[in-house]
Amino acid sequence: MRFGVVVFPGSNCDHDTLHVLKYVFKQEAFFLWHKDHDLKNADCVILPGGFSYGDYLRSGAIARFSPLMQEVKEFALSGGFVLGICNGFQVLLELGLLPGAMLRNKNLKFLCQNVHLRIENTDTPFTNKGKPGQVLNIPIAHFDGNYYIDEPDHDKIKENNQIVLRYSSADGVLTEEDNVNGSSDCIAGLVNENKNVLGMMPHPERASEALLGSQDGHIIFDSIIDYIK
Amino acid sequence: MIDDLILKEHGLTKKEYKRITDLIKREPNLTELGIFSLMWSEHCSYKSSKVYLKKYPISGKNVIQGPGENAGIIDIGNGLAVVFKIESHNHPSFIEPYQGAATGVGGILRDIFTMGARPIATLDSLRFGPLSVPKNRTVMEGIVSGIAGYGNSIGVPTVGGETYFDESYSLNPLVNVFCLGIVQKDKIFYSRAEGIGNPVLYVGSKTGRDGIHGATMASAEFGEDLEQKRPNVQVGDPFKEKLLLEACLEVMDKNLVLGIQDMGAAGLTCSTTEMAANSGTGIEIDIDLIPQREQGMNPYEIMLSESQERMLIVAQKEKVKQAQAVFAKWDLEAVIIGEVTDTQNLKVKSGGKTVVDLPVSAIVNQCPVYKREAKPPAPSTYRNGLDDMPLPEDYEQVFLHIIKSPDLADKQWIFRQYDHMVQTNTTVLPGADAAVLRIKNTNKALAVTLDGNSLYTYANPRSGGTIAVAEACRNLACVGAAPVGVTNCLNFGNPEKSEIMWQFKEAVQGIAQACRAFQIPVTGGNVSFYNETEGIPIYPTPVLGVVGVIDSIDKTMTPEFKAPGDSILLIGKNKEELGASEYAKQIHSIKNGLPPEIDLTKEKRVQSLCLEAISKKMIKSAHDLSEGGLAQCLTECCLLGEPKTGCRICLEDHIRTDALLFGETQSRILISLEERQKDAFKLLARKRKIPCSVIGKTGGENIFIEHLGKKIIDIPIQKVYSLWKHSLSDFYKIR
Repeated sequence: MRFGVVVFPGSNCDHDTLHVLKYVFKQEAFFLWHKDHDLKNADCVILPGGFSYGDYLRSGAIARFSPLMQEVKEFALSGGFVLGICNGFQVLLELGLLPGAMLRNKNLKFLCQNVHLRIENTDTPFTNKGKPGQVLNIPIAHFDGNYYIDEPDHDKIKENNQIVLRYSSADGVLTEEDNVNGSSDCIAGLVNENKNVLGMMPHPERASEALLGSQDGHIIFDSIIDYIK
Repeated sequence: MIDDLILKEHGLTKKEYKRITDLIKREPNLTELGIFSLMWSEHCSYKSSKVYLKKYPISGKNVIQGPGENAGIIDIGNGLAVVFKIESHNHPSFIEPYQGAATGVGGILRDIFTMGARPIATLDSLRFGPLSVPKNRTVMEGIVSGIAGYGNSIGVPTVGGETYFDESYSLNPLVNVFCLGIVQKDKIFYSRAEGIGNPVLYVGSKTGRDGIHGATMASAEFGEDLEQKRPNVQVGDPFKEKLLLEACLEVMDKNLVLGIQDMGAAGLTCSTTEMAANSGTGIEIDIDLIPQREQGMNPYEIMLSESQERMLIVAQKEKVKQAQAVFAKWDLEAVIIGEVTDTQNLKVKSGGKTVVDLPVSAIVNQCPVYKREAKPPAPSTYRNGLDDMPLPEDYEQVFLHIIKSPDLADKQWIFRQYDHMVQTNTTVLPGADAAVLRIKNTNKALAVTLDGNSLYTYANPRSGGTIAVAEACRNLACVGAAPVGVTNCLNFGNPEKSEIMWQFKEAVQGIAQACRAFQIPVTGGNVSFYNETEGIPIYPTPVLGVVGVIDSIDKTMTPEFKAPGDSILLIGKNKEELGASEYAKQIHSIKNGLPPEIDLTKEKRVQSLCLEAISKKMIKSAHDLSEGGLAQCLTECCLLGEPKTGCRICLEDHIRTDALLFGETQSRILISLEERQKDAFKLLARKRKIPCSVIGKTGGENIFIEHLGKKIIDIPIQKVYSLWKHSLSDFYKIR
């Protein structure tokens, strides 16, 4: 299948994401330039990690206005598959494709570390290869990953089973300590109502090769590849 | 008219001024004087250090570029080369910790990608005053966030480094940033201004009034007025640098430029004069064409500004349009500001008038070289000091005190603020002996480490220098890498003082001697003098950055114990050496002891044994013994793994127990291996004539150590872990 990886000028996980798609998952993958208006017939668009336009204002706040994002929005609204990783997740929130907003991490520091994630919903195109309650080990690297959602919206996403990944302990228990960035309800990743758009703070592309310590990112990539096939 | 006051403000002596007038055969105007003052500053000219740096071995069959360019380059095979360098940003980081450190990262990154290489990792060597002092906590927090803010944004992982604390750094923290890049051997670019008539392009941020006199500032002691120096510090814009990085690599990849240099210290002045001097040409620029951030800047300010994220490029006429198009794609303006000339002069015009006209060789090559007086301090009071250190009564208490001291405690509070995984190459994360980075599309990996011990260097500068090299190489051996090149950052006090110059001279000789022994070339680095505030110098702090290659990435080794039931062996011999150790400093408050002895022949043998055992896949872990000695080494081997493993150690040496536990005797490595490999390894060690003893086994919930049949330490690893891990963050708890 065809993966388009969006390149904003400040993206810095674009090459990493392309690398795993091409050389680990053997998929057709290419870059999509932020100034273009062309998704090049991608089956799945990935918004990678980084600092899209420097993010001095608010993570993803400017990216939302980039030319390509208008196409991505239409694509998503018409059912196209979109995966936002880290900064990509922040951009999806700014675009309004997912509910909620990001705050600074609760300790007010950038955090780069491996975290445990409990899969909350396997009935999505991005997690169908996982088992309910399965715990994944995938790194995070962000300053603004403290996901916030107000109560009415929170009720809504719970009702629709939109919460896909939660920060947990190694044995799948939700604790204050393991919720490293302080996210509402320990949310690490969620899908939209139609479940064709996933935003997640952890980096599955950093956990897809044995050399790097974990291959749990395969669950995410294998799921979407298999789903579209 | 140039008078004494103006000279003083420019950090030039009367003699130096006389030399300038002799060279140019007239009086310089103020802008011209500013240019000389920057280029002849200690920071840019190395005028006090040059004579000694000549002692370094700088050649070797794999050296593509030695000292003198933006960074050194070493061939690593597969058509690839590594480009690396270390630089200090000490002075600015004390005045404004966040921006000082951030622009330190920005500067060294530019040095690397200027040569066509993509930066793949940075490391930092940091020194702070004790964290019990609130100001030092603020400084450390600011510096760490500054490094994180810049490196994380641009997407270059910060993969390691070292951090130590001592009172001598309270008013003079050190920030040394190392960067490593990778380049295809046939795509290397240099600082050149070739081809008469070729256009000179200015790319990147606009020029502002920030950082004027930065290099001069870094070449003087601080007095009480240091708060007023804040406007001398530049402000970094990592997003702009990211654009520059991508755009420059793209124009170089497409072969659209001839020569390129970043505008770092001494900005436009340094880049124009060095590029021309390197090519034996001249450069003429029109200062009115320079993109300016504010109105009313005069030529003096523009030539001396150290605004960040700027590059100077020389391109062929016919390729300029194409190059400009690439920059435009990345939203950068590339403005033609002048051209290469055959005059061998730097000519600067403003409003149609010539405001600078100076021979570049006078600026770049004719700076005076000083052989300053170097004299050892008054008869040494340094001593081995065993008699001054009574044996502790409670070893457990001493042990816990040492492992949780900020010098030796877990540095996760620091490195988890750095994105150390971006670019997905980091296969050994921060905390090990060295960081390891795979090289994509090859079977190889690179290992990098920084090392320096100022306590050793203070007591004996020569052995401090030698040990820094030896230990850095030992770090590499522990991950399975052979060293290929060295860069160094030499942080010292005021070189005009004879005992400081002596420290410098001795340390350089120690480093040179060790590099010769290991047959590794020094490819460059940086000298930072004048690390003194209110007359108090820092401890002399040479920091060595050593790069190594692992030929087969599956032969990478890590320090942590892997499983219970493995045998623990100590390679090397334990001696009764406690001088200049962490133990002496932390427990007995003695800092003037003599450092441990170092025998480079033995050191090399120990390292090759370790490498041989790794390559034969005989061992499961390897960790170097250094600060904190055997006790600290064991602690890290137990705690770095997941799950953590305890150990049971029985020591039989007939030496003082404290020396055995905490002594920092050199040339020792702790390894673990499966029981069945034990005899084979011992045989190998005997063949290689290296002492080695089985000292215990992994496993259990405790760190258990006995000496000559007497139990001295028996503590649950969870307790040790909790103290070691939270030590740094506890300083930042709201009190």
